[in-house]
Amino acid sequence: MHGHGRALVLSLRRNVEMHKYITRRILQFIPMLFLVTVLVFALAKAAPGDPLTGERLDPNIDPEVYEIRREALGLNDPLPVQYWNWLSSVATGDFGKSLQYTGRTVMELIQARIWNTFYLSLFALGVTLAIAIPIGIYSANRKYSLFDYGATTFAFLGLATPNFFAGLLAIYVFSLTLGWFPAQGTTTAMSLTGFELFIDKLRHLVLPGFTLGLASTAAYMRYMRTEILEVKGSDFIRTARAKGLSNESVLYKHTLRNALIPIITLLGLEFGTLLSGAIITERVFNYPGLGTLFLNAIQNRDYPVIMAINLILAVTILIGNLLADIFYAIVDPRIRYD
Amino acid sequence: MKNQEQALLEVKGLKTYFYMDDNKVAKAVDDVAFTINKGETLAIVGESGSGKSITSLSIMRLIQSPPGKIVEGSISLEGKDLLKLSEREMMKVRGNDIGMIFQEPMTSLNPVFTIGNQISESLMKHKKMKKKEAYNKAIDLLKLVGFARAEEIVNEYPHQLSGGMRQRAMIAIAMSCDPKLLIADEPTTALDVTIQAQILDLMVQMKEKFESSILLITHDLGVVAEVSDRVLVMYGGQVVEEATVHELFTNPKHPYTNGLLASIPNIDADVERLESIPGSVLPAHRFPKGCRFAPRCKHVMDKCRESNPDLLETETNHKVRCYLYED
Ligand SMILES: Nc1ncnc2c1ncn2[C@@H]1O[C@H](COP(=O)(O)OP(=O)(O)OP(=O)(O)O)[C@@H](O)[C@H]1O
Ligand code: SF4
Ligand SMILES: [Mg+2]
Repeated sequence: MHGHGRALVLSLRRNVEMHKYITRRILQFIPMLFLVTVLVFALAKAAPGDPLTGERLDPNIDPEVYEIRREALGLNDPLPVQYWNWLSSVATGDFGKSLQYTGRTVMELIQARIWNTFYLSLFALGVTLAIAIPIGIYSANRKYSLFDYGATTFAFLGLATPNFFAGLLAIYVFSLTLGWFPAQGTTTAMSLTGFELFIDKLRHLVLPGFTLGLASTAAYMRYMRTEILEVKGSDFIRTARAKGLSNESVLYKHTLRNALIPIITLLGLEFGTLLSGAIITERVFNYPGLGTLFLNAIQNRDYPVIMAINLILAVTILIGNLLADIFYAIVDPRIRYD
Repeated sequence: MKNQEQALLEVKGLKTYFYMDDNKVAKAVDDVAFTINKGETLAIVGESGSGKSITSLSIMRLIQSPPGKIVEGSISLEGKDLLKLSEREMMKVRGNDIGMIFQEPMTSLNPVFTIGNQISESLMKHKKMKKKEAYNKAIDLLKLVGFARAEEIVNEYPHQLSGGMRQRAMIAIAMSCDPKLLIADEPTTALDVTIQAQILDLMVQMKEKFESSILLITHDLGVVAEVSDRVLVMYGGQVVEEATVHELFTNPKHPYTNGLLASIPNIDADVERLESIPGSVLPAHRFPKGCRFAPRCKHVMDKCRESNPDLLETETNHKVRCYLYED
């Protein structure tokens, strides 16, 4: 009894250690976040031109008026003051007004699109995991089989094909030629509701989702295969087999659990890759997400929008890293919490 | 005495070959035969590359295939030929009838599961125990292999234990299902000298408690002298001499065995001392045509290079494979 009590205390101690570690990682996240806001601000300031550049070139506008507008926008304040003003509004969710879509706040523009990008990325991530992991495992188990060679070829093609090209090809084959899936937008008709709307949206996600997921699917297939093969050769797998365990429990318990550890870490970095990949993919499929908004904003020097999206991108990458570290601590007992 | 001895494991004419990429065949184990009696400790000694591990892995049928294959022979455990079992039946033998521990205690346990989990697994598989029951049994086993803090160790991960402790945990796993045979492939090679003795002691204790037999693989004749009853000397994938421990140390016959024994005095230089036999073991795909030891043998004769001698019982319970002892 006494012993079990101690065992419980020990396992609690590990939990406490882990919670401390996780709390510390979250606390470290805060200065990083701060640094990111400085970077985003500095980048926007360093870029040539300012929000009014376009208007200044317009000969019909009196330079006097231009100066007044600059003053009103706070563009003549010292940089730290400008930064502080920007940061305090951002903290309350106020990213200012868009310069391009007059009268709309940046927040409105983002809110209207961020979910589309989220669904697209989620779909792509789902595709990646659902395809790459089983194929990677199967390939590793049938090393040098026809299947394995096929998967390897696919992986190299997938990695070598640029996003936009894969997108155009997908549109040509699956939309224009076969007519299986829509190639544009998020919905066919506004009138759809409930389940039909859901299916319609899903159908719109298929082509951009697979396009966005293609490169990472290819990459993760390879990672998975390599990891499984590496773990399979380790001494503890020989021990597991010497214990008389079935092939299934050797594979799904002993091998997979170890092989997935590095994959989880990589997935944390995938957040950033997905979002930046979404910019091109959304453009190709004319998909109304953050990517399309971002490209438009760049063309029109819509600084508040650019800054907001940059910030979202950077924060997502940071969160991805944080999540990877936390998952890592949960799945790998060898992590030292110091 | 003799009729009381009951064979537990009988290996006959075992050949395990590796088929390499360049069409070469490595005859890593080539016509090996021996018997382990109930309650006996049989040691296999020999330099690196002599086929000791491949012999033990063949018994477990854990030879990676391809490139390896057991091409001939029989391995019977209490009369049941393991080579004729299906893979599914063989799984019931591994870990249950035969337990195995390995040389590398640092890497032989799965880093992401607790010690308790890894012991319970065998019990749940072979003894059909429920989780809780297996967990409690794991604690008992840990106590048995000498852990005072068994209740804590059961929840710890391999990286929290030292090499010696991990090897104890491995022994707990190997003995968990009360096996008839414990195969230990260089179980102490990677450990400190003081720990080595403790682990050997523990193995002998376990053997007695569970009334099992041990197949102990080592290249350390000191270890052999300490714990085994009989010895098999292997060279080039073959048994070159077989005798009781006493007989082997007092009346060694094969030139190779003599070489091994001659190199014992410098007991501290664990590895170097094997170098007192000039030359080195050839890889299994380059064995010479005649006697495999011929390139290094002081007594080599013409016929040694022509053909390979047979393993003959020249005296009662003493077998040797060498033309010097053939008439
Ligand atoms: N996968 C393989 N391919 C080709 N040859 C192999 C393979 N595995 C083993 N061999 C051959 O079998 C020989 C015997 O190997 P084994 O592992 O049984 O030696 P050992 O006596 O256990 O040596 P050690 O003391 O180093 O553990 C090796 O020297 C090698 O030539
Ligand atoms: S058979 Fe010949 S070469 Fe081989 S060990 Fe005997 S004497 Fe030496
Ligand atoms: Mg070996």
